[in-house]
Amino acid sequence: MTQQTPPPVVEMTGVTVEFPPVTALDGVDLHLRPGEIHALMGENGAGKSTLIKALTGVYSPTAGTILVDGAEHRFSGPADARAHGISTVYQEVNLCENLTVAENIMLGAEPRVLGGLNWRAMRRQAAAHLRRMGLDIDPASSLGSHSLAVQQLVAICRATVGDCKVLILDEPTSSLDADEVAHLFAVMRSLRDEGVAILFVSHFLDQVYEVSDRMTVLRNGGLVGEFVTADLPAAELVQHMIGRSMDVLEAAEEAAERAERPAGATPLLQVVGLGRKGSVQPFDLDLYEGEVVGLAGLLGSGRTELARLLTGADRADVGQARVSGRPTRLRNPRVAMGHGIAYTSEDRKGEGVVDGLTVRENIVLALQAERGWMRPLPRRQVDELVAGYIERLGIRPADPEALLRNLSGGNQQKVLLARWLATAPRLLVLDEPTRGIDVGAKAEIQKLVAELAADGMSVVFISAELEEVLRISHRIAVLRDRRKVAEIDGDGASMDRVVDLIAGGGAA
Amino acid sequence: MTTSAPARWTAALPVRLDRRYLPVLGTFVVLALMLVVGGTRYDNFLTPAVVSNLFINNAHLVVLAVGMTFVILTGGIDLSVGAVLALSTVVTAALLQAGWPVPVVLPLAVGVGTVIGLAHGLMIHYFQVQPFVATLAGMFFARGLCFLIAPESIAIGDPAFVGLASWVQIAGQWRMTSSVLIALIVLGLAFLVLHLTRFGRTVYAIGGGEQSALLMGLPVARTKVLAYVVSGTCAGLGGLLFAMYSRSGYSLTGVAMELDAIAAVVIGGTLLTGGTGFVLGSVLGVLVLGLIQTIITFEGTLSSWWTRIVIGVLLLVFVLLQRALSLRRT
Repeated sequence: MTQQTPPPVVEMTGVTVEFPPVTALDGVDLHLRPGEIHALMGENGAGKSTLIKALTGVYSPTAGTILVDGAEHRFSGPADARAHGISTVYQEVNLCENLTVAENIMLGAEPRVLGGLNWRAMRRQAAAHLRRMGLDIDPASSLGSHSLAVQQLVAICRATVGDCKVLILDEPTSSLDADEVAHLFAVMRSLRDEGVAILFVSHFLDQVYEVSDRMTVLRNGGLVGEFVTADLPAAELVQHMIGRSMDVLEAAEEAAERAERPAGATPLLQVVGLGRKGSVQPFDLDLYEGEVVGLAGLLGSGRTELARLLTGADRADVGQARVSGRPTRLRNPRVAMGHGIAYTSEDRKGEGVVDGLTVRENIVLALQAERGWMRPLPRRQVDELVAGYIERLGIRPADPEALLRNLSGGNQQKVLLARWLATAPRLLVLDEPTRGIDVGAKAEIQKLVAELAADGMSVVFISAELEEVLRISHRIAVLRDRRKVAEIDGDGASMDRVVDLIAGGGAA
Repeated sequence: MTTSAPARWTAALPVRLDRRYLPVLGTFVVLALMLVVGGTRYDNFLTPAVVSNLFINNAHLVVLAVGMTFVILTGGIDLSVGAVLALSTVVTAALLQAGWPVPVVLPLAVGVGTVIGLAHGLMIHYFQVQPFVATLAGMFFARGLCFLIAPESIAIGDPAFVGLASWVQIAGQWRMTSSVLIALIVLGLAFLVLHLTRFGRTVYAIGGGEQSALLMGLPVARTKVLAYVVSGTCAGLGGLLFAMYSRSGYSLTGVAMELDAIAAVVIGGTLLTGGTGFVLGSVLGVLVLGLIQTIITFEGTLSSWWTRIVIGVLLLVFVLLQRALSLRRT
């Protein structure tokens, strides 16, 4: 403790946010100091987003005080918070793709001439801000023409325009690859050294340890405590976050024991030379009952594209598919569903849950669609079914009538899983089911996948986290540059081997 | 081999052509083609008189399309402009008939549109009514009000108004009426506002993503309401121009004219989902519509309903073109 701690620029004390009857945040303290990267940790539903929104004035706290530079403030909204030097960058890039990069950075603080915008000065200033971020892009180009990572950095660029004392980064890394994350961290460190207080929210523990100086841990809307990162071992942090030990994770590992596949069994789904122009090169894949097949590869390697071909979400233009030995054309998801193939998209919000409907409605959606509108499910059967899945998957809140948009990411994912499990699929294709959700829910989903396979279901599991793929897959298909480059046995696979294959070094 | 033709063209151009301009460029090409085809097919087609008339006959539609562009850029729609235009003509004619002076009548006629636009904006933003529904209600309201004021057509005989309406600047065969001058001023103002003010850029930002614009701290509420105010005001002004053009106020003018305005905006390359497009494109769209009419008149033997069929086909072609462009982008 040789380091001197400067006085906090933001001091939240006893902040409580209620959405009756739910208390989303209960007497939480948060102190942000200039020149520090402060991590905000907690499971989904722990109250991280609520805390950020309480600080930036999206929600108004029912109790507690928020001091900024020692003076009490209640902001009326993000714009007001920003005017006081508190900027937020959200997980989804909240910029306008149709505008130019310069406008996205400068609008709101744009240079003016004769009452109008001064485009030339705007581009010049934007270029200066971009250089500070180490970004070399044309400020006059439209934002939509850049990658997500660049857009994310542009969003940070925008946040630091003008007087930025506090920068809030909500899950900025969830869609970036390793190089991009490194770049982002470099930017974060240089901002920190300029004296900005940074609040960093991430689900990646290693990233938090790499970059943060201090952390505040939340659990179930309450405060667990504030810790100095260097003094808190990761295992202890996880325990603080989930409030229980890690045996769930271990259980998942045990469950991954494979039931031996009988020799000469017919694959549940066999595809030969299936491919689609501009999407994924022709590939072969056999999927057997009771087996988890993992897809490993970098972002953009064709993981999702492959899954979409398997499930009829995209139509293949070459190749054949056989379901239980019978040739089939997986023309669309409906046909695939008819064969017992279910797909949960990686885009949970856009292609998964319907966030204006309740938990109950979301769960029975696919089952009802399969039955057709002529044969509605009896209400009692629906209630039993929904109660069963809420119980089995541990969906929180355990209220069938809760609106999906009020659930945390992890719980939304569970509802999505329940929807497809209700149709009793034979093949379940899970695209990034654990992305953006907390350690506890992650372990539960992994365990569930293992159980489903043990019960004879065939599962295709896609995840950006290699460790996870390795842990629960019986077999791993490795993709690189939109091509399936290898298929290896999960038991014999080491991390290094798979990384080699992904990087293109191993025997393909 | 698979390189698309437009990509190659743009690569070959010395100046990098932003693909945002492609739809407008497409409209421009169509317009030029129509002029060339018309010019080779008919005598006296490519004359200053014909071109002047093109503007004179469509000045009111130019103003409507300019207002509509604001609304559509935010991702909304305004179905009321035809009815508001009619209301404005009726108000103008009725008040002049009652002997009100022109300097009072003109702002009132335009103000009627402004008020209705304001009502739309408030309903849409604060009560979250779908723009389609809110402006549909406004359309019925305005049309009904027309009949309430004057079921019959009222001729305008006020000397000051007639004097204003028949003001014309002649240079050789070129003619420019006061309507055309007003329409061009509106167009110029709209262009400046959209490209050089924070309001204008916020209009684009809302079309690109309302939630994003909100989180960027832009004044979304005010801008959205203002976009409908602009459209309503343009409709009011359009009515004034139409009253000048027809020297009368009639409750049944401008039936389905809102659809012409929307068609012009879409043909001009503005996406109905909002965020992309240019006000200059909308004017090109109006000229394309007007030119179709002119060509069919020149053809002589064709029924004037062919205009509608050609507009329908053109709309489809342009929407498909935009679709292809946006598909290639992703």
